[in-house]
Amino acid sequence: MDNFSTLIGGIAGDGINEAGLTVARLFSRLGYHIYMYYDYPSLIRGGHNFSLVRASRQKIAAHMDQIDVLIALNQETVETHKSRLKDSSFVIYDADKVKLDDTMHRGFGLTITQILKEATAPAVMKNSCIIGGYCKVVGIDWPILEDVLKKHIPKMQELNMQVARQGYDQAVQFCRIDRSADSHFKKQTEEPIITGNQAISLGLIKAGLGAYVAYPMTPSSSVLDFMARYAQDFGLKVIHPESEIAVMLMAQGFAYAGVKAAVGTSGGGFCLMTEGLSLAGMAEMPVVVVMAQRTGPSTGLPTYTAQSDLHFVLNAGQGEFPRFIVAPGDAEEAYYWAGVALNLAWKFQVPAFILTDKIVSESQYSFDIDNAGDLTSERKEQASQAPLLWDGQGEYKRYRYTDTGVSPLAFPPQKGQVIKTDSYTHDESGITSEDPQITRETCDKRQRKGQFLAADLERYETVKVFGNEKSKIALLCWGSNKGVCMEAALKLGLRVIHVLVLSPFPERKLKSALQGVERVIAVECNSTGQLARLAGFHGIKIQAQDRILRYDGRPFSVEDLLAQLGRALA
Amino acid sequence: MNPKDLATTAKNSWCPGCGNFSILSAMRMVLAELDSEGFPVENVVLVSGIGCHAKIVDYMNVNSFYSIHGRTLPAASAIKIANPHLKVICFSGDGDSLAEGLDHLIFAAKRNIDLTMILHDNRVYGLTTGQYTPTSPQGFKGKSTPTGTREHPMNPLELMLVSGASYIARGYTHGIEQLQKLFKEAILHKGFSFVDVLQVCVSYNNQYENYNKWTYTVQGNDDSSFEEAQKIIRSWNYDRSEVPIPLGKFYEIDAERFDQSFPEYRPNLSEIDSKIKTLLENFI
Repeated sequence: MDNFSTLIGGIAGDGINEAGLTVARLFSRLGYHIYMYYDYPSLIRGGHNFSLVRASRQKIAAHMDQIDVLIALNQETVETHKSRLKDSSFVIYDADKVKLDDTMHRGFGLTITQILKEATAPAVMKNSCIIGGYCKVVGIDWPILEDVLKKHIPKMQELNMQVARQGYDQAVQFCRIDRSADSHFKKQTEEPIITGNQAISLGLIKAGLGAYVAYPMTPSSSVLDFMARYAQDFGLKVIHPESEIAVMLMAQGFAYAGVKAAVGTSGGGFCLMTEGLSLAGMAEMPVVVVMAQRTGPSTGLPTYTAQSDLHFVLNAGQGEFPRFIVAPGDAEEAYYWAGVALNLAWKFQVPAFILTDKIVSESQYSFDIDNAGDLTSERKEQASQAPLLWDGQGEYKRYRYTDTGVSPLAFPPQKGQVIKTDSYTHDESGITSEDPQITRETCDKRQRKGQFLAADLERYETVKVFGNEKSKIALLCWGSNKGVCMEAALKLGLRVIHVLVLSPFPERKLKSALQGVERVIAVECNSTGQLARLAGFHGIKIQAQDRILRYDGRPFSVEDLLAQLGRALA
Repeated sequence: MNPKDLATTAKNSWCPGCGNFSILSAMRMVLAELDSEGFPVENVVLVSGIGCHAKIVDYMNVNSFYSIHGRTLPAASAIKIANPHLKVICFSGDGDSLAEGLDHLIFAAKRNIDLTMILHDNRVYGLTTGQYTPTSPQGFKGKSTPTGTREHPMNPLELMLVSGASYIARGYTHGIEQLQKLFKEAILHKGFSFVDVLQVCVSYNNQYENYNKWTYTVQGNDDSSFEEAQKIIRSWNYDRSEVPIPLGKFYEIDAERFDQSFPEYRPNLSEIDSKIKTLLENFI
């Protein structure tokens, strides 16, 4: 099997995310690549949650609507998802909670309540029980499940194992997934499965992050959780302060004192940060912002996705100042570009954004750190991407004019020197000035940094081309739509152009990627085509009918995009 | 060190007679004195907000972060956490910290973070030419309240006391020696120290006569007693009532500090790499 999709659904509080991860880990051990989409409403108990785990022999970053196995912990799961079932699909369910009209004989009801009762196991263990049954159904051998449970469910391990085994023994085998014995199946090295947010955290840490400051906001909160959890290990200063306003100012206090800091939020929190963002522009403070988009405006759909804040992030903050914006498309890009963003923020003393969405931030991906890009060589002191530090000669001036606009950095204490930073227009030494010439010069200085940053980005793959590079039709996408566009393009023989860096806009590279293209179709999760508009500013016209837009909070599935492309190309 | 060494070339733009001059001279004297006593001035970072008060950082040849309106404390907090050896002193106004940035003030006190906050409390917005602030008395006729404010002022010291500040004092810009004493105590205090300075704005809220008549310095008070501090602090509520206005140190205790709670350990690059590798194995 090249592709195998499993959906596990239940109510919020059932541990559906963790159960999905267990399924993902089973397939990872069999050598598959994993992508898992986790869908949950904005509440803590009740409501319908589901994890959609897709295992594939290829690297994937998108889900499919159709599923091979449905794991149903309640009736609602069956009712909501039965349309996803194919003739060949199978349903395993909690026999005490679910009634299945099983005319096709493709279902199995586990007596979970009874199994738990006999084992005097708590209700939360129903996941272990049903996954035990699932393994039997799809033919995953017991030792593999045993290994996963041992590693990842350390609490009440014996009892968990016991109810899983009961589930396994009670269920019947329906198919056989485990192809590890098949000589045609090339087993991959087992890869960790992590979310985009975890990848971002690791990339930042790898590049030398010293502090992380955030106020919780879905879908960015798991960066904060991760950083706080591993703060001691990596010597990180992690703070959850009173508001996003404080967050943005704290990041700049850290930067002033020489500590590399990042912040994280979503649209609403970023609204509060814009005041401080503009300060970072004026004071030339390096700060990394993880901006995880969700459906807006306002509170919108807190736990669902969107790509509707691109122009907000491009333009946020009063006045004119350069900024770096990258939108990674999967966990490996998230890791690499998070590190690059931190380096660039410090090299150019500008705000740097890692613009994600709920899909990149919270989906689970097989993660190959060796395939993600080299962040190691850039950490060397003499590396081309290292920050410009003051040489200790003469009088220190925080905003000394230079050809590149970048002034050497120094951090207090410096004997006999003062380090002054200022939100007002200021002279080279950081003292407030309202002089017209200084006003113009400092503005030019900031703009020069932007030009230097744009030139520096030439060394990076800021625009990627996938699929049929000779096709005259190209899908133009950014962020999380990379994965689904690649799959659809492969099926239809199209070119895919994935724009990673959105500011400074890689106009030259995008135009070169578009060579030979006669028709560009933008694929975006917003209602106006925000990248298409941005490309329009750079002379790349995309017709209104050539924008495939999804803005219901849900990501494109492979089938969905194929169907829409079918209509567009008809 | 001579306090004059702490001057800059920036042209001073405060009004003649402004109370800010006293705060500036008192702080220069204290920092020069501390420098001679082994607290080198390069270890000091001044953080200001926006308003007349905030210009003070341009007038002092000391490390500084001239931040934005109401936001001194979060920037200052991170500087302190980044480098605990630095002495971080915030200058803020009553509009700056009690209106726009009130949440940061309460949280700084709640955390008892080792910072000093000097509140230039002129009870009027000077730089925007005369509007009421959170400490203006009820009935204050400003440009935004031409018929007088309807609201009563807040008592920032009472707020600081209940929020967890561990050093609380009040000075007056006509008492520069007392300001020096209080500033020095506040800077040397370990924890969040708050000095409310009744700073006269000669242009929009000239309170010299009123303050000269009513202020007095507390004597022999037990500054470790919450109840006693509260009683002194509550004896004047910033309204127009004609009652004595206490000055001096009202409260000082030793309490746990937020800035002590961060890891000092910092792994080197190869340790970071091996920790990432180990961590990723947990995700297989």
